[in-house]
Amino acid sequence: MRYVTSYVIGLIFGIGISISGMANPAKVLNFFDVAGNWDPSLIFVMGGALVVTFIGYRFVLRRTAPIVDATFHLPDNPHLDMRLLGGAAVFGIGWGITGFCPGGALPALGTGRFEVVAFVAALIAGIFAAKALMALTGTRAARVLRRET
Amino acid sequence: MIMIDTIFTPWQSLAGGALIGLASVLLMLTLGRILGATGILAGVLTPTTHPDTGWRLAVLAGMVTGPLAVLALTGQMPVVQVPVTLPMLLIGGFLVGIGVTYGSGCTSGHGVCGMARLSRRSIAATATFMVTTAITVFIIRHVLGA
Repeated sequence: MRYVTSYVIGLIFGIGISISGMANPAKVLNFFDVAGNWDPSLIFVMGGALVVTFIGYRFVLRRTAPIVDATFHLPDNPHLDMRLLGGAAVFGIGWGITGFCPGGALPALGTGRFEVVAFVAALIAGIFAAKALMALTGTRAARVLRRET
Repeated sequence: MIMIDTIFTPWQSLAGGALIGLASVLLMLTLGRILGATGILAGVLTPTTHPDTGWRLAVLAGMVTGPLAVLALTGQMPVVQVPVTLPMLLIGGFLVGIGVTYGSGCTSGHGVCGMARLSRRSIAATATFMVTTAITVFIIRHVLGA
């Protein structure tokens, strides 16, 4: 039941991405190219998604728990830090170079296009590299802390 | 870089956006989870002790079959036009991977779900990546003139 539900939700997301234009890098890049051949379509994608989610969440999060889980899994860290903002800045540079974001590229894999496969392979390599780097700097920070205390 | 003109599609994009929102609401209603492409992909790649890999794989399978469902319904595969070179795809993809891991999310997790929750972190992250994306596109197209 859990898996069928998850699959259908992924499918709705994938269809939404496909018809919205988010899976098309040319459209994404033209949205950001206000000084060139601007295509404002992505405002409508973001607007449609935000309005539905904003209203839907108001009702859903009023419940004490979701339907097939004991609790809501919501991030509760309120702090802004360099890791968040630096990461977001680097993500934007990559998005601007390629026109693909993860939510656009994963459904686009279904088209079987080689360019999407190449992007997703590099994306996965980047995720592993960042996790390794985090583990490395994390253990170094822990070592420094141990030495100082 | 080749520039490809694209047509303004307000209704299609609005409908697609609404479906993205519907999926986000349904995942919160059923599993109580944020529908973030980054979190779901990273959760499958580097699983923790929680038994969460199954539902994440199911969501990913659904996402990938999205274009095929569109093909079945409309007779046309969704358009994917890639106006960038292979080295750009690889370098940019790698940067996206680093960025979304350090930034704990991307357009779907921060830009849709987090913003809809009025999360400070998501609003700050979304504002940051929208600006750096626009600057990057401007530099590549109008400064480097590629």
